[in-house]
Amino acid sequence: MDTQTTTETFSLAQELKPKRPYLTPFNIITAPVILLGVVLIVMRFALGLGSVTNLSQEFPWGLWIGFDVLVGIAFAGGSYVISFMYYILGKRVYHPIVRVTVLNGFLSYSFYAGALVLDLGRPWNAFNFLIGNEFGVASVMFMVAWHFFLYTLLLLVEFVPAIAEWIGARRLWRAVNWVNLVAVVLGITIALGHQSGVGGLFLLAKAKIHPLWYSPLIPLLFLVSSMFAGLCMVIFEGSITSRAFRARLSDEMSSTHDTIVVNLAKVCTGIMAVYLVLKVFDLLRGNTWGLLATPFGAWYLLEVVGFVVIPGALFFSGARKQSLSVIKAAAVMAMIGIFINRFNFVFIAYNWTEPVRYYPSWMEIVVTLTVIFTELWVYRWMINRMPVISKRPRWAQEHGQDQDVNKTSQAV
Amino acid sequence: MDRRTFLKTMGIGSGILLGAGPRIVHAGEPLPDAATVLVDTTRCIGCRLCEEACAQANSLPAPDLSDLTVFDRKRSTSETALTVVNRYTVEDAEIHVKTQCMHCSDAACVSSCLVNALKKEKEGPISWHTNCMGCRYCMVACPFDGPKFEYHSAAPRILKCSFCYATRLVNGRKPACVEACPMEGLSFGTRSEMLQEARSRIANAPGTYVNHIYGEHEVGGTSWIYLSPVPFDRIGFRTDLGTTPYPVLTKGYLKTVHGIDLIVPPLLFGLAFLSRRKRDQDKD
Repeated sequence: MDTQTTTETFSLAQELKPKRPYLTPFNIITAPVILLGVVLIVMRFALGLGSVTNLSQEFPWGLWIGFDVLVGIAFAGGSYVISFMYYILGKRVYHPIVRVTVLNGFLSYSFYAGALVLDLGRPWNAFNFLIGNEFGVASVMFMVAWHFFLYTLLLLVEFVPAIAEWIGARRLWRAVNWVNLVAVVLGITIALGHQSGVGGLFLLAKAKIHPLWYSPLIPLLFLVSSMFAGLCMVIFEGSITSRAFRARLSDEMSSTHDTIVVNLAKVCTGIMAVYLVLKVFDLLRGNTWGLLATPFGAWYLLEVVGFVVIPGALFFSGARKQSLSVIKAAAVMAMIGIFINRFNFVFIAYNWTEPVRYYPSWMEIVVTLTVIFTELWVYRWMINRMPVISKRPRWAQEHGQDQDVNKTSQAV
Repeated sequence: MDRRTFLKTMGIGSGILLGAGPRIVHAGEPLPDAATVLVDTTRCIGCRLCEEACAQANSLPAPDLSDLTVFDRKRSTSETALTVVNRYTVEDAEIHVKTQCMHCSDAACVSSCLVNALKKEKEGPISWHTNCMGCRYCMVACPFDGPKFEYHSAAPRILKCSFCYATRLVNGRKPACVEACPMEGLSFGTRSEMLQEARSRIANAPGTYVNHIYGEHEVGGTSWIYLSPVPFDRIGFRTDLGTTPYPVLTKGYLKTVHGIDLIVPPLLFGLAFLSRRKRDQDKD
């Protein structure tokens, strides 16, 4: 057994230093926003939510829940879908993007579900659901909170091999490698629960959500839409990462990027078709199609036709023509559709009869940007250091879990 | 341990870990002896002494009773006014309606709370407790918009009518608003007494009331019930809420998730095993 736990090349002091010049356009734009956001967050905790948000008694949830939590979690759906296709179905084509998707999932959950703390009125009680003060087992929120918590931990377990390769901890690497499949299986299971669960929260808002959106099928619709939302994010994020971090890309990653994108477009076409069938079924089931001739009906059609049917069709033709630009356009459109859909549940089609509407304050937007930018800073820091999109150390390639899980579990 | 046993053990283990939680319970049928207030809107004159008594009992800012402009528009309760009276003009008749938390028999807010900070007391009232995280899901869930949040506080509370539970009810006293009403528009008793009283008022004064006790069946029953001379949708009540208790809306879904947590892990292990065996065979 090899007991060496560090390589000669790893030095913590060296790794902590910035690897690029400070004054990049990205830093110049994001640093002031983050600083302002921190000031606003301090204000929010000192003076209450009303000091920075436009939330009201009629609209208790706004941009922070709508974007940070609902949209953010849907976009993080790629981590469970890619894990499922790669580890469970054995689709080897996704090998180069598994790790970066898991990292994205982990950071999304840490930051976006983490941003929930900003929205909690009494954040010092944030862990009450964990420690049993008390367990509100009849609450969908209880289920979602536990699933968020466990899923973030499981994504961390899935990502530990990359950290171990970075610091050269071979023993840790071996230890986590064999629990990897367990983490993957539990992770996918839990993702099914909470991706549907964030929709399930709104089952109780029956009296408030416009009948075109309210449905007993909300959990299923949220689950299915999180699958294509997550994959669209993988496509979108992949095209940016492969440009921004070109120097770090492994040969495997850059040579397979286009094939992977085309494959994802095919999968997205299928999932979006299922989603559309469900949406049509839901209209017929609820007998709400008569409402399509109202202003909210037009808004509904814009969401479903403009940002589901059209991107779905674009994915289909993009995959057939192998056109990356068409596929990327489809991904962006479908992502806009997710924004519209999730915002509808939180404040647009929510309390739709209420004359005074909610719209986010500039301060809410700055805080949301702060969360996104901080996540991107951490992401960049990790990508530049850990073998996420770059080549793995040779010792990890020999019989890694990604090379062949079989061998690892046989070794157990 | 060979691979098959290992996977099987992990599958069953994870199933137990994730799926077996405490059973989901909810209150069910309204209790016949739950503390209940009957509001008779034909008796209310809009003096708002109930608002004043409520503010005093809860140490909230006193309302200005001489200000009659409050009736110009429909008001909602707020974090500083836990009950408000609205005026509706229906066919030249002025009808006044007191609103507050309805204290549902099987409440959306109680089932929505992930830390049980909103509790149904055994006597019937729903009260708020300080282990609340401030997520405001109860506000999203409540069909009557009962819970209100202190947006301008660093240590905000959820505020709503408490039925004067801790301060008066447990000491055998009526809620402050009931005691303050000069018109006997508010009657306090057990649920069965109040329903009986409401029914006899409808029967004894033909033509005075519509034959409907709001809150008898709405959302599974509420602890504040109302009589009205006109259909309830004309005096600000929602008549589209149905008679199903709200917790039922999420019950089936939560059971499904528990099923998923139990069934999916073994399925995934099986699929992973099959896809790998197939790959090994392809290699050979």
